[in-house]
Amino acid sequence: MSPKTLYDKIWDAHLVHEADDGTCLLYIDRHLVHEVTSPQAFEGLRMAGRSVRAPDKTIAVPDHNVPTTIDRAKGIENEESRIQVEALDTNARETGIHYYPVSDVRQGIVHIIGPEQGWTLPGMTVVCGDSHTATHGAFGALAHGIGTSEVEHVLATQTLIQQKSKNMKVEITGRLSPGVTAKDITLSVIARTGTAGGTGYVIEYCGEAIRALSMEGRMTVCNMAIEGGARAGLIAPDETTYQYVKGRPHAPKGAQWEAALDWWKTLKSDDDAHWDKVVTIKGEDIAPVVTWGTSPEDALPITAEVPDPSSFSGGKVAAVKRALEYMGLKAGTKLRDVPIDTVFIGSCTNGRIEDLRAAAAILEGKRVKDGLRAMVVPGSGLVRAQAEEEGLAQIFIDAGFEWRMAGCSMCLAMNPDQLAPGERCAATSNRNFEGRQGRGGRTHLMSPAMAAAAAVTGRLTDVRELMVEPVI
Amino acid sequence: MEKFEKLTGVAAPLPLINIDTDMIIPKQFLKTIKRSGLGVNLFDEMRYNDDGTENENFVLNKPAYRDAEILVTGDNFGCGSSREHAPWAIKDFGIRCVIAPGFADIFFNNCFKNGILPIALPQEQVDRLMDDAEKGANARMEIDLENQTITMSDGETVAFEVDSFRKHCLLEGLDDIGLTLEKASAIDSFEASASQARPWV
Ligand code: SF4
Repeated sequence: MSPKTLYDKIWDAHLVHEADDGTCLLYIDRHLVHEVTSPQAFEGLRMAGRSVRAPDKTIAVPDHNVPTTIDRAKGIENEESRIQVEALDTNARETGIHYYPVSDVRQGIVHIIGPEQGWTLPGMTVVCGDSHTATHGAFGALAHGIGTSEVEHVLATQTLIQQKSKNMKVEITGRLSPGVTAKDITLSVIARTGTAGGTGYVIEYCGEAIRALSMEGRMTVCNMAIEGGARAGLIAPDETTYQYVKGRPHAPKGAQWEAALDWWKTLKSDDDAHWDKVVTIKGEDIAPVVTWGTSPEDALPITAEVPDPSSFSGGKVAAVKRALEYMGLKAGTKLRDVPIDTVFIGSCTNGRIEDLRAAAAILEGKRVKDGLRAMVVPGSGLVRAQAEEEGLAQIFIDAGFEWRMAGCSMCLAMNPDQLAPGERCAATSNRNFEGRQGRGGRTHLMSPAMAAAAAVTGRLTDVRELMVEPVI
Repeated sequence: MEKFEKLTGVAAPLPLINIDTDMIIPKQFLKTIKRSGLGVNLFDEMRYNDDGTENENFVLNKPAYRDAEILVTGDNFGCGSSREHAPWAIKDFGIRCVIAPGFADIFFNNCFKNGILPIALPQEQVDRLMDDAEKGANARMEIDLENQTITMSDGETVAFEVDSFRKHCLLEGLDDIGLTLEKASAIDSFEASASQARPWV
């Protein structure tokens, strides 16, 4: 048999049908659904008189629109948001799919609760009407975002019409330096390859630095595969994966666990597998980074300066000019001298327990700079509960952060958590697009530790300046 | 789905790279539970001033391009979110064909599901089409999907590639779900064998 990549293996295991022209029908093991991209799909089904083919493989949760204030049980004020959440509620109950309503402690961002509840397992195909579905690739699952028509297609048929992507390997060798995290890896890869560098590919991340990451870190890396243009990001499962999965509510148990484990252990790329593109980065060369522009590829080490548009070529010259104008930045300014107004810690990129621990470690015994608005939005109700138990919540509150309920919140600002025009935010989310966090809002992406450091100083900050542990 | 066969119309030039889905349709308009009515908010933040009036410098606000049916634009168009609201807004505005050096994957897929034809061409060819589009309202282009050609206002023709299955669906206006349901027995037998091989799924 010819050697295969991990992607090839998962693909082959889910192929229902292949037409002569190469168009494939792929079986979908898990379908995650949220309130923004699903109402039209359910309505389409209803109008065509079709039903949900596999309700037991379909999981729904409201996350994008939900308020994250403590008093949210009072309901959603914005009428359109409320209608959208109510529509999900009705659709979920009518079709009998698994559902985590706002009132359920397990509610949270769809990409956080899937793994948390053990819905996401190695070797699966996972889709959701949301581009950051790539997150689930951290488990060695083929996971990607789909549009609403495809949501409807999966609801009706539990399959997806697909063309196979090419194979790309991103290897991070060696070790990370102190203060450097999974977020810095993923931003640095995009800075290297560009936001279209992965277009047409499924990326497998590998190498010693990736192996050393926790599941939380791996999810952060895969989450942003889409920002690099890739269809999906994957990391081969290993002991770290099995440990995380074991005992989760929907993970296999007993004899099924053993059978699953036997198969999962075969899920890695063969040594002589063919790669269409390879990118290698030394772990030691990765620094804590921040973005300065309006594309995730606009990332630089925090020690750098705002670049000059003329140092770019092609269409990027005009794009950078526009970005600097939008961001209110001048070429040559030290990134460390850029003052901020707001700090947002949360999102499906960095709203997990490890992220909150990393931020709290920097904030312990310190205060948010006067006049700054700072909020932590845990990725799920369970992350929130765990952080309270570990005493992290108190550290955030003592430092002057708002301690919120779970949801997408200021990652995309569909709920009331928004930036005002011109307001500048240190954010742990994944997109710094124009208007992403509110019309005219300015976003700098970074790791949770870097965002915490920025909260303390009131400017973009090199987290290494604030680290208490000696740098070894 | 609405068929796409031939389209003759005005092409609007939008020479920016990395136009993301937040620029195409900002999130405040994703709160709808319908597919229609998003056209007025297409490119909202570029198209309107803070006070809600039209930004007269934006291409689709210029008299020549108000009825554009084709968009010629920069690389990596449609990057970002999976929101199908982006192609819905484009279609609702009246644009049925987008030409760029490259597209983001999910956006590209979503176009075909909505009767929009995205055409990827080498940069030099896009540059020529962009120049043609700059000529304004009298410079109509013709897109012929059957023959896979674009004819510019001066009669010059450019060929383009399109996946054969997607072309077939666009030409015939076929509904994907209906096509897949014809393969229901293949899905049934896949499910039966998969539940033996991986009962934990
Ligand atoms: S947290 Fe942000 S990126 Fe993640 S699913 Fe929510 S809106 Fe999308």
